[in-house]
Amino acid sequence: MSANKICVVVVSGSLERLQMAAMVASVGAVSGQDVMVFLSMNALPYFVKSNTDKAPHEGAMGDLMAEKNVPAFKTLFEQAAELGDAKVYPCSMAMDVLEVESKDLDDYLEEATGLTKFLDDARDGQVWTF
Amino acid sequence: MAEKKIVDGRGSFCPGPLMELIAALKSSEVGDELEVLSTDKGSVNDIPEWVNKVGHEYISTTEADGVWHIMIRKAK
Repeated sequence: MSANKICVVVVSGSLERLQMAAMVASVGAVSGQDVMVFLSMNALPYFVKSNTDKAPHEGAMGDLMAEKNVPAFKTLFEQAAELGDAKVYPCSMAMDVLEVESKDLDDYLEEATGLTKFLDDARDGQVWTF
Repeated sequence: MAEKKIVDGRGSFCPGPLMELIAALKSSEVGDELEVLSTDKGSVNDIPEWVNKVGHEYISTTEADGVWHIMIRKAK
């Protein structure tokens, strides 16, 4: 199972990093790999239902992606979960800091998860950090 | 009876056309043929790669007027 599990840790709130994380999670999940995503720090606010902010761009690629019909990172994370059975976990610490509960987050997210459990689950998989 | 379906991924970028294909496969029967239309060159390489990896049947890729037509058959 080890080589077949991908753990994606997303802490950045920049469009480029969220996009790349979403691409790895969605393509991995639909290719038969077990994918678990951990959303924390500046990434988590984009998964709060009431937040309509656009992720800021790091550079020219972000500007170009925003102009073109690139699949939205949130759509890709949702497809990762729905088409590929990826598990997308919100970080419990980030939820506490943001003062949000599970019901405030996008519906396809799993229950809040702490680092202890995530690290344990990630022990025998690849870890990708964005 | 096997069906033929068109998956229109024109104008989207990787992995958009692939995701649209996978969504279409979910609602297809074994033996159905799906034709993905894509203007994204990355998807032209990626989709056959994915099809072979997960065990469907890759048939062909052709290009006409800047649109790629990727034919596959649902195998399982």
